[in-house]
Amino acid sequence: MRLAEAWRVALDALRANRLRSLLTMLGVVIGVAAVVALVAIGTGTKEQIERQVEGLGSNLLLVVPGRIEAGSAPTSSPLTLDDIDAINRVVGDRTRVAVTIASGETVRAGSRTRFSSMQGVLETTPTVFVRRLDRGSYLTRTDVSTGRRVAVLGAGTARDLFGDRDPIGRQITIGGVRFRVIGVFERLGQSLGVDRDGEVHVPVTAAQRLLGTERIDGIAIRAPDRERIGELSDAVVAALAERHPDTDFSAVTQEQILGVLGDILGVLTGVLAAIAGISLLVGGVGVSNIMLVSVRERTKEIGLRKAVGARPRDIGVQFLLEAVLLTTTGGVLGMLLGGSAALLVDRLSPVPAALTWWSMALAFGVSAAVGIIFGVVPAQRAGRLDPVVALRTE
Amino acid sequence: MSTPAIVAQDVSRTYQLDGLSVPALRGVSLTVEPGDYVAIVGTSGSGKSTLMHLLGGLDRPTGGTLLIGGRDVARLTPNELAELRNTTIGFVFQSFHLLARTTAQDNVGLPLVYRGIGRRERRDRAAAMLERVGLAHRITHRPNQMSGGEQQRVAIARALVTGPSVLLADEPTGNLDSATGQSVLALLESLNDDGVAVVLVTHDREVAARARRQIVMRDGLISATR
Ligand SMILES: Nc1ncnc2c1ncn2[C@@H]1O[C@H](COP(=O)(O)OP(=O)(O)OP(=O)(O)O)[C@@H](O)[C@H]1O
Ligand SMILES: [Mg+2]
Repeated sequence: MRLAEAWRVALDALRANRLRSLLTMLGVVIGVAAVVALVAIGTGTKEQIERQVEGLGSNLLLVVPGRIEAGSAPTSSPLTLDDIDAINRVVGDRTRVAVTIASGETVRAGSRTRFSSMQGVLETTPTVFVRRLDRGSYLTRTDVSTGRRVAVLGAGTARDLFGDRDPIGRQITIGGVRFRVIGVFERLGQSLGVDRDGEVHVPVTAAQRLLGTERIDGIAIRAPDRERIGELSDAVVAALAERHPDTDFSAVTQEQILGVLGDILGVLTGVLAAIAGISLLVGGVGVSNIMLVSVRERTKEIGLRKAVGARPRDIGVQFLLEAVLLTTTGGVLGMLLGGSAALLVDRLSPVPAALTWWSMALAFGVSAAVGIIFGVVPAQRAGRLDPVVALRTE
Repeated sequence: MSTPAIVAQDVSRTYQLDGLSVPALRGVSLTVEPGDYVAIVGTSGSGKSTLMHLLGGLDRPTGGTLLIGGRDVARLTPNELAELRNTTIGFVFQSFHLLARTTAQDNVGLPLVYRGIGRRERRDRAAAMLERVGLAHRITHRPNQMSGGEQQRVAIARALVTGPSVLLADEPTGNLDSATGQSVLALLESLNDDGVAVVLVTHDREVAARARRQIVMRDGLISATR
């Protein structure tokens, strides 16, 4: 029998039992849709995080006191602005070094208040991290050296405190201390459901006075080129260790952060896809079951086909193709369903999703494989039917 | 005369049923010559259908020798036996056995599917065969749109489409009224006149009398030949 003919027969058989075929496919449809949608969401999330980490600026080196290990409590920082001078000498370019001291504070403007993350920073922050202003200007070197009480607002903070009014030049209080707004950041949006626009940048010196401390929490350095990151990292850590013999310091690069995040998300996506795969398996069992029913129902047809010259293999191939057609049709429907679900999620919710051709190809391949695996037993049973017995059944 | 179409020598067939041996045929010898016209009669359960299945290569004997088209059935693989059924034998059943959702034309073309013949040629040959059995006007009808007699004619066309040398018909008129049955018989006889050997199982003495030879079966044996 020609293959084209076998396909035609398989298609006819499925058409004859439209509703049943559809219900049988449902397991495969749902399984494939789940795999495609979950992989898309996993991939989209990973891409978004990568973009954001990369958006911090390339060749970034983050230095914090303490060891970066699971389970280690954050140590209180021994770093001060004096250490920054030492690091500036190591790096040789002060515009490449940024610092931060962070504290959650209540920010007030007139009658409106909002809880924001206050960041005490140097004027170098927009160059080290890539940050753009929507309006006004950023902190200057003089602002930092004199501890001037000026503030740059995140887009969210500005909106909550001032609504549609222009915040530039207006007064706010942070922890009860008056500051003047000189700039507003461009909107960043959300990342993993966390609002990134709720910050307030003030000169590190002003923040330290407000908090009554000399400390700074962390240092960020933008290396001049990728090759020198490791070297620079070692030099900075060594310089700090010399000044603070009792404390460990850790330096992590952007690549390391990306690597760890990528690994975690990869595992997560894999686990989700595997769970979705189980529903594919259940769908396959359903297909097997229906195919066995179909073989029984069509016993007479099988007997007749054999009587007019069908070989066992002809019959087997016919039923196998039917099972494969069933699961691959389900696979295509599942791909459409899962793909649309992913696009909808991407469009309508903060969760990002990115469709990949390989997850589609994989889902289709797996659904075809499910058809073959779960169609073999019914197909063999059909192929081996004794034509005399088959023709006698009513 | 040339080589016989079918030769059965002391052929037996014993069914196994729950560990019990049921001897349906107990040593039957029979030769079907090319162009032959044989009627098989006998009481119900005497083994007529069992014999027909063996003659058609649908089943294998448990004893004796059976040659179909000169080939020993015992030595053939399942695939070779299928090919033999496809090329040498045409089967006509009491209950027609047409594919329900399929047109007369595609039902008739079915055996050609297993010869790897393309759809266009299958349809051409099926149409010609339907014309031969007087159903040129029923080509696109499905079985449930045809009378019993028409359905049996479609089944006969299907049996003939491969150009077999032997037509095996097991009670072909059993489900038809006598007038329709007569026309189906007339068709079979005209085919026989064209040179196709016909082996016919029937309960009707008058029908049997029209054959060239009659074989009477009883308890799995041939009890008389006329
Ligand atoms: N698959 C089977 N298993 C066991 N016994 C069987 C089987 N098929 C047929 N038989 C037995 O073999 C014997 C002959 O059956 P067969 O169908 O050949 O009779 P028949 O002459 O065609 O009868 P009828 O005129 O009713 O069609 C019967 O006793 C029947 O019960
Ligand atoms: Mg019978």
